[in-house]
Amino acid sequence: MTTTNDHRPPEAAYLNCIRCGLCLAVCPTYRELLTETASPRGRVALARKGLEGELALGPNLFEQMYACFDCLACNEICPVGIRPADLALALRETQEATRPARWKRPLFRGLLPHPGRLELATLPLRLYEHLGVRRLVYAFGLRKLFPGQLADLEAMLPHLPQRPLRHRLPEVTYPFSAAADLLLDPLPAREGEHLPPDPICLNLKGDEGHLTPRPPSHLTSRPPSLRGKGENSSPPRVGEGPGEGSPRVGEGPGEGFPRVGEGLGEGSRRVGEGPVARPMRVGFFLGCAQNVLFAEESAATVRVLARNGCTVITPRETKCCGMPARGYGDGEAARSQARFNIALFEQADVETIVTDCATCGSTLRDYGELLADDPAWAGRAAAFSRKVRDISEFLLSLPLAKPRGRLAARVTYHDPCHLRRGQGVWREPRRLLQLIDGLEFVELPEADWCCGSAGSQLITHYETSLRVLGRKMDNIAATQAQIVASGCPGCQMQLTVGARRRGLHIEVTHPIVLLDRAYRSAGDEPLAVSRGRRATDEG
Amino acid sequence: MQDATIKQLRSILGPDGVLTAPEDLAVYAYDGTFADQQPDLVVLPTTTEQVSRVVALAAAEHIPLVPRGMGSGLAAGSVPFAGGIALATTRMNRILEIDAGNGTAHVQAGVVTADLQAAVEKIGLFYPPDPSSIRHSTIGGNIACNAGGPRCLKYGVTGDYVLGLTVVLPDGRILKTGGKPIKDVVGYDLTALFTGSEGTLGVICEALLRLVPRPRFIRTALAEFPSLDDASHTVNAILSAGIVPVALELMDETAIACIEEAMHLGLPRDIEALLILETDGGHEAAVQDEIEAAARICRETGARRVQVARDEAERAALWRARRAVSPSLARKAPNKLGEDITVPRTAIPEAIRRIKAVSAQYGLPVVVFGHAGDGNLHPNILFDRRDPDQWATVEKMVAAIFAISLALGGTLSGEHGVGALKRPYMEQALGPLSIEIQRRIKRALDPLGIMNPGKIFPD
Repeated sequence: MTTTNDHRPPEAAYLNCIRCGLCLAVCPTYRELLTETASPRGRVALARKGLEGELALGPNLFEQMYACFDCLACNEICPVGIRPADLALALRETQEATRPARWKRPLFRGLLPHPGRLELATLPLRLYEHLGVRRLVYAFGLRKLFPGQLADLEAMLPHLPQRPLRHRLPEVTYPFSAAADLLLDPLPAREGEHLPPDPICLNLKGDEGHLTPRPPSHLTSRPPSLRGKGENSSPPRVGEGPGEGSPRVGEGPGEGFPRVGEGLGEGSRRVGEGPVARPMRVGFFLGCAQNVLFAEESAATVRVLARNGCTVITPRETKCCGMPARGYGDGEAARSQARFNIALFEQADVETIVTDCATCGSTLRDYGELLADDPAWAGRAAAFSRKVRDISEFLLSLPLAKPRGRLAARVTYHDPCHLRRGQGVWREPRRLLQLIDGLEFVELPEADWCCGSAGSQLITHYETSLRVLGRKMDNIAATQAQIVASGCPGCQMQLTVGARRRGLHIEVTHPIVLLDRAYRSAGDEPLAVSRGRRATDEG
Repeated sequence: MQDATIKQLRSILGPDGVLTAPEDLAVYAYDGTFADQQPDLVVLPTTTEQVSRVVALAAAEHIPLVPRGMGSGLAAGSVPFAGGIALATTRMNRILEIDAGNGTAHVQAGVVTADLQAAVEKIGLFYPPDPSSIRHSTIGGNIACNAGGPRCLKYGVTGDYVLGLTVVLPDGRILKTGGKPIKDVVGYDLTALFTGSEGTLGVICEALLRLVPRPRFIRTALAEFPSLDDASHTVNAILSAGIVPVALELMDETAIACIEEAMHLGLPRDIEALLILETDGGHEAAVQDEIEAAARICRETGARRVQVARDEAERAALWRARRAVSPSLARKAPNKLGEDITVPRTAIPEAIRRIKAVSAQYGLPVVVFGHAGDGNLHPNILFDRRDPDQWATVEKMVAAIFAISLALGGTLSGEHGVGALKRPYMEQALGPLSIEIQRRIKRALDPLGIMNPGKIFPD
């Protein structure tokens, strides 16, 4: 939602709310706290009363806007088209514009938009892991000595990479090279209490292949370059080729496109169907959390893309998508980061921008709306947003090579709010998981109910966050799954906390990691020429 | 409110159970209508005993007290016009017992109706009442307003499933009525008295509800009518043919347009009316025969097309859409006033014709949809309350619509209740003697007049 010049949401954002109450049924904070104040309808009423002068626009009113988990369930259910979650974000911006909080500027303008500084700031976390301190904490059960919330925050941390991924990932990753230089940091040994569970092991059918960082010469006679403006004569790129007809966000029904998540499989090709001779050039948006915390996952994303014939361009200067700034009311910082990223990816000259972070994806897809009132940027922002695809969605628009590895595990899937509702992507990750042989997929009850992460709610609204998480963990436990997959770093951290709090032995990971494992265990011959046939043979 | 009183309330309910911040009061000022008046304080009890102590305190201090559930009411029945205490039952949300042998459920008032339905359906039982607000309204609120819903055509209204109640009386004493026996004629039927009393006689805290076996087979059909008049005649044609559908719902073209905008189901936009028909039962062939017979009648009486839902997903989508019709109308205007008249079913076509004439005469749109099978129509006037002229017109239109209903042998409200909005028309509908008797009942139970003052009775 764009705000007006005085940083207030427009009247249309709340005027037609008739207070029917439909949104109460789906709101995770309402369903835990059972007070109208914690409901979407209540927040819309507060926004309206505050903006119209009936109530003071004071700290407690704004606090109700921060109490929203931005899960978007209310946006989705409202038959009137009111978007209470967006309104809550807009009010945060109103607050920052009128009475800015001192601590926010250094964080959202000084730190987050600067990958280098962010990496430096998170260095202690990496040292904590890699100097072995974390191992000691677990081995001697020292986590128990942490005060409750701190113990939970510690539990959020995944295995941290030794180095941020940005420094290991080439700006251009060539197709079928499967980049040996992306290999994982060795995982620390796991012993002791409340261990992060071991990844479920694959039954290896063959050795890890010999990987070459060099593209097969017949595919890329001219190596693609990051600033490759002069490549217009190169073969058609993604979006013109096999991806055509795949569902897109932001285009309503009636305009000839199926709605997102619907009609999948009509426009997109099936797995293993037909060979692809052309390399596809895709941009990869490496999110902050993926860079410094979940590097292993984004390495997997790039490997899987390369393995499926994509030249992956990862601009190293990519800034934070802007969601944290927006979430804390600094719309200007978010817009500034958006402009930077838009210009950066324009230079990269890609038809598709892939992300493996649900929150980044929904934010990037929102750039068009975020900059709609900026005449110089509106068109460019909209064009950028149209290119954005979640990794699962993009992979399924390709003729995807069938992974050969087996993963004999019971796996469930939690829908990140910003993927399912923010981007309309929910069938695709499930389908990806179901491609893996041996994997027993079990649907999670209330799979699209918020997990309570919402970015930082475990820090700012600890009690509510834990209660929402409790509902999620009940459902996860009921599936008896060994792995819960979810394509969002925030959800993964939250679910990890939930699992550790309960002593539930379940691996929390990104669907792409499982797919990557299944690929890597397959014995990786060069796939380029015979790829389509091979996939068909297997299928 | 005095600090000492607030302190006492906190000692009864704990610090989390009493809300006093301006932001809290501001959001307990409304229900599902445009009415708005803040309480002085909000309490969130979790047990009947807490309610009893709160009400006793309110009585001792002569503080008005307004019970409410999730605030989805459509008659401003839970808006605290006299201030005082808003008592929200939302945290009294435990299902205390499901007795499968006797087919009963004992629940606290704040249980969400859909949650109860899901719980009993898991064990093959069924709680039929299904107000469109099933997911955002409570059993207590449903009983206090004797809520209806589409399935009432076959299964009856909420009151038909209330076997007994636990009510906190306006002086704080706890009354238990009824019990598990289905037949019970000992004394006046106090359960029925409190059902539909809209919080004016006491606080409904617990309910003993009757459950029935869950129907094993359901068929749902959608009939498209180029003519609204044909659709409304069809309703009686089906019922007169000896078919008892679960539901027979009608929506006019504006209702269709709004729901289509909201949900993109692919409903046709070039027709004047839709009928949704549903049959259910324990024998698949019988259920199928009934829906086919009803579909045949639709075709004979002017339907362009009749489709039967292919699977549960299609059926669920249809009902989700139907339940969202009322709020979706707000796409057309900032405010809407949803009326709830009920007429004898043979009068449905005439009632709809006259309502549309009122719309034409006064110039504001009136959307008509509702539970046509039991004569319960929801004419919704669309307007902008900020425009005083429009509001004056709305008041005239409401009077005209009520006059139509009464002239055709109908009544003011089938399922929403009187609340504050229909009070001026009560005497016209019921006559002075009925009002006098009801006032005496109110005085007998609530001599101080603290329970939900300013509701139901005309000034």
